[in-house]
Amino acid sequence: MIEPGVATRVDDIRADFPALARQIGDQPLAYLDNGATSQKPLAVIAAMDAYYRAHNANVHRGAHTLSEEATTLYENARLRIARFINAPSDKQVIFTRGTTEGINLVAYAWGHANLGPGDEVLITEMEHHSNIVPWQILRDRLGFTLRYIPVTDAGKLDLAQLPHLLTERTKLLSVIHVSNVLGTVNPIAELVDAAHAVGAKVLVDGAQSVPHMPVDVQALDVDFLVFSGHKMVGPTGIGVLYGRREILESMPPFLGGGDMIKSVSMAASTWADLPYKFEAGTPAIAEAVGLGAAVDYLSELGMEWVHAREQELVTYAYEQLSDVEGLHILGPGPDERSGLVSFTLGDIHAHDLSAVLDHDGVAIRAGHHCAQPLHDRFGIPASARASVYFYNTLDEIDRLKASLEKAQRIFAF
Amino acid sequence: MTDLDQRELIIDHYKHPRRKGLLATPDARHQDRNPFCGDEVTVDLVVRDGIVTDARFDGRGCSISQAAASMLMEEIVGSTPAQLAALDDDHMLALLGIELGPVRMKCARLPLTVLQGALDNLHHSNGKELEP
Repeated sequence: MIEPGVATRVDDIRADFPALARQIGDQPLAYLDNGATSQKPLAVIAAMDAYYRAHNANVHRGAHTLSEEATTLYENARLRIARFINAPSDKQVIFTRGTTEGINLVAYAWGHANLGPGDEVLITEMEHHSNIVPWQILRDRLGFTLRYIPVTDAGKLDLAQLPHLLTERTKLLSVIHVSNVLGTVNPIAELVDAAHAVGAKVLVDGAQSVPHMPVDVQALDVDFLVFSGHKMVGPTGIGVLYGRREILESMPPFLGGGDMIKSVSMAASTWADLPYKFEAGTPAIAEAVGLGAAVDYLSELGMEWVHAREQELVTYAYEQLSDVEGLHILGPGPDERSGLVSFTLGDIHAHDLSAVLDHDGVAIRAGHHCAQPLHDRFGIPASARASVYFYNTLDEIDRLKASLEKAQRIFAF
Repeated sequence: MTDLDQRELIIDHYKHPRRKGLLATPDARHQDRNPFCGDEVTVDLVVRDGIVTDARFDGRGCSISQAAASMLMEEIVGSTPAQLAALDDDHMLALLGIELGPVRMKCARLPLTVLQGALDNLHHSNGKELEP
């Protein structure tokens, strides 16, 4: 059988995503806000629907049939996710509400036990607020120092500064894998080597990488990896914290409650084994099942293909947008970025751009993208961001360009 | 007026804002921002005999927030503080004459919030009685 062409394959794929068929007014939707959240395929919607229709029960509790089924579905999802990121064991895959909770879990559980005055946590100027604010809160309580790796004008980490920023005082390097504003793909393996050489642990924010490229936690040798389900065709309200086993085992719990204990007495309690020590309370079972289906969907496409497809789209978007007069793209060239392009267009406010584009059915993100320090770094209040996923088309990027040129005419001073 | 005319009016107020530029000695000043998109508005008021006799704004941001500020400043001169304190979101929508979702409603609401903050400052000018 002849391998279908990319166009045919993308047409087939788009048919899996009901929301992509929407009209906005009289225009077909061109969904280019995948960095905020992706659309969901029928396979994910159906898996969650089937769970609620036939298998709904609490997990790890009842001995009845439904509870056994729910537990099996929940744990199968964990196994699939472990395989997806090549975790050595599914016990190292902890379900969270998303990337933000994953970072907070590490901050509160690991940070409280390991950080104090004289210690340093190193993050970067290109972090999302979720990888800045928890460390600021914790710094104010524990008295460690928070330091930032600067970003160059080209939108890359200034690694020349690393030798004096990453020292024996550094206990943790917490870094975004792919910038949600610049699209920059950071050299994680190199950073991990440098951090481990001074005895620092490494947390990687994979919210914008895990959905878009193969990510292998063993190859990268990271200590923690966090990501969200909803940006990778899964549901909202579910995410993952992967951690190195001995570190997770040495950490105290984050939240206390049901399901995370081995025994409880009036005097004291003992903690459950991994991963349950970090999963207090009834988890988001349907969402975990949905994320399992999402991982199956992506695995079937193949993450190498997903990545290659997105590189094709983002390269085209970069070229087309570079053509628009007065448009300034933030961050590095297409060969050093992942699937998004953020930009400013003359003096037009990002919200006004977004509103004009919405009129043409083109959905993009406008604002500071939860990265105010990075926007301050580049001296701009906000930017517009077009972010692609494997189901987008070159035609949608042409429509983006045409609509931007229209906005330019409307707002010409 | 059609929706299109109204949009053109908004763009006109955005490009050519009325009553923009702050006063040297306002009776009350208030500033606020919309953290969602970084819109900023400052409002200056002069009140004589219980009537707003001058109103100015300054700011930066999207067309909705800045046009709404311009339109609002234009219409409030001659009103009493009590009348202005009673204005709400519906008034801003009527002023702009277009439909807005909840996200952009925040942009339209900002100048009104700032105006009402300035009115509050008027009543609490450090316990100082205002010039009649």
